[in-house]
Amino acid sequence: MSEWLEATFSNNRPRALAALTRYFRDMDLAEEAFSDACLKAVTAWEGKGAPRDPLAWLLTTARNAGLDRVRKTQRHRVLLQVEPSVLMADEDPLPDPDDVRDDVLRLLFICCHPALSRQDQIALALRIVAGLSVAEIARGFLVATKTMEQRVTRAKKKIATNRIAFETPSPQERGRRLGEVSLMVYLMFNEGWSTSNSAAQMRVTLCEEAIRLARLLADLFAGMGDQIALLSLLLFQHARRAARIDSDGRLVSLEDQDRRLWDKTAIAEAVALLQKSERLGHSGPYRVQAAIAAEHALAPSAQATDWQKIEAHYAALYVIQPTPVVRLNHIAAMAKTRGAEHALKEMETLACDLSDYRWYHTMQGGLFLQSGLPRRAVAAFEKALTLGPTEPERVVIKDQISTCKKMFTPL
Amino acid sequence: MMYAITIYGEPGVFENLPDEKQKQVLTGHYALQEALGERGDYLSIKLMPPATAVTVDPAPGRAQAPLIVDGPFAETKEGFLGFYAADFNDLQEALKFAEMISSPIARLEVRPVAWAGGVLSTG
Repeated sequence: MSEWLEATFSNNRPRALAALTRYFRDMDLAEEAFSDACLKAVTAWEGKGAPRDPLAWLLTTARNAGLDRVRKTQRHRVLLQVEPSVLMADEDPLPDPDDVRDDVLRLLFICCHPALSRQDQIALALRIVAGLSVAEIARGFLVATKTMEQRVTRAKKKIATNRIAFETPSPQERGRRLGEVSLMVYLMFNEGWSTSNSAAQMRVTLCEEAIRLARLLADLFAGMGDQIALLSLLLFQHARRAARIDSDGRLVSLEDQDRRLWDKTAIAEAVALLQKSERLGHSGPYRVQAAIAAEHALAPSAQATDWQKIEAHYAALYVIQPTPVVRLNHIAAMAKTRGAEHALKEMETLACDLSDYRWYHTMQGGLFLQSGLPRRAVAAFEKALTLGPTEPERVVIKDQISTCKKMFTPL
Repeated sequence: MMYAITIYGEPGVFENLPDEKQKQVLTGHYALQEALGERGDYLSIKLMPPATAVTVDPAPGRAQAPLIVDGPFAETKEGFLGFYAADFNDLQEALKFAEMISSPIARLEVRPVAWAGGVLSTG
C-alpha cells in the first residue's frame, strides 16, 4: 500500500514543505513535521484510500505534528517565530493558491542562495524540495554519499543565517526569484544531461527531477510563458534520451539517432506547451530554444530538418542572449545552410572567447573534415581531448581522429 | 446503452509511481482496451497534464468574445484525467469492465452517456 501512497506524498511534498516552512520558519522542523504527517497518513488512509484533497489533510496533520514537536522539545525560540495563525488550530490550513505559489517559489529560492555553488544549490533543492535521499543525490552527482552528506550539511548551515523575507514579494521581487529558480532548474537538467569527465553521459535522476520541478513551476505559474517554455524545452530534450546512447554505450549524434526511439508522448506534450507559451506572447530564451528543439523533434528525418528556420531561431536567440556559445550554435546552423567553409570563417571570430570550450574544437574538427582538411581536423580534435570530454565523448572524438588519419595522403 | 468510465485522480501521481506500479496500472488499461476492442467500437482518451491547458470562460458581456485565460491554476486536488466510452449491455457489465482499471491512485465513475456523436455515436 505504502508505495502507492509514496507517489501522493512526493507529489504534494514541494507545496506542503513550502507552506510548512512559512509556518515554522525552520526548514528542518518543516521536514520533520511533513514526515510525521506521511507516517500518520499510511495508517489513516489505509482502507479508505487517500482523501479528496491530500494536501489539505497532510498540511493539517503536519501543522499539528510540528506544533507538538515544538512544545515537547520546548523550542521556545522556534515557537515565538511561528506564524501566529498556525497556533489557531481550527483555521483552514490550506493557504490560498497565491500563497502556495509564493511559498514554493520562496523555498526554491532559498536553495538558490548566492553563497552556494551552483552544484550545491541543485543538491539542496533535490534534498529539500524534491525529497531525494542524500544517497540518491550522491548517485546523481557521481560522488560518495559521505561527501554529499557533508556538502548538504554545509549548505544548510550557510543558508540558516540567511533571512529570506516571508512577506508577499513585490512583483519585481517575484520576477527575480522566478528567473533565478528557473535557471537553477535548467542547469539541473544540463548537469544530468552532460558533465565533464564522467563515465555516465546522462544521469536520468537529475533530468527527471529537473522536469518535475519545471512542471511544478509551469503548474504554479500557468500564465508565464517562460516557465511553460522551460518545461517544453526540457521535455523535447529528454524525449531523445533512448536514442542518444547506443547499445554499446556510445554517444549517437542527433543526426544519426534512430528517431523511432524518441518518446512521442513527451514530444506531443512539449509541442502543446510550446504552442501555449507562444500564445502567451513573451519570447524569452527558453522559448526560442524550445522552438529550435521542436524543429529537430518534428523533422521526419535528419535530412528533412529545416535548417533555415533553425538558423533564424539562433539569430533571434543571439539577440536576447549575445553569448559566444549561442553564436557558436548559430554558426553550426550556418554550416548547414551556407556550407562548412563559410562556417569555419565565421568561427574565427570566436577563437579567443572559446579557446577552452571543447565543443568549439570538436565542431571545428568536424568542419575541417568536411572541407577535406584532415590534418587540421586532427589538431582540432586533439585539442578537444585535452578539455575534459566525458567518456562517451572521448570515444566519439577518437573515432573521428582515426577517420581523419585514414584520409591522410601518403607522403 | 453507452456508458462512460471516467477517471479522476491527482495529476502527477501516476508519474511518481515506481516503474513496476506504473506497469501494474497500465496492464489494467491494456486489458480493458483489448476486451473492449473485441466487443466493437470504443473511445478512450487520456488528457495531458493541466499545465498544457488553456481555459475559455464565458464572454463577460453581450457582443464580447469569450475570455481566454491562461489557467487553470493547477492544484494537486483530484482532477479529470481521461475516460473510456463504449456500449455495454447494462450497468452491471460496465462496472465489471471498469474494475479492470481500478487502482489505488484513481477514482472511477461509471455514468450512462446521454448522447454521443462523431466516430462513436449513440445513433
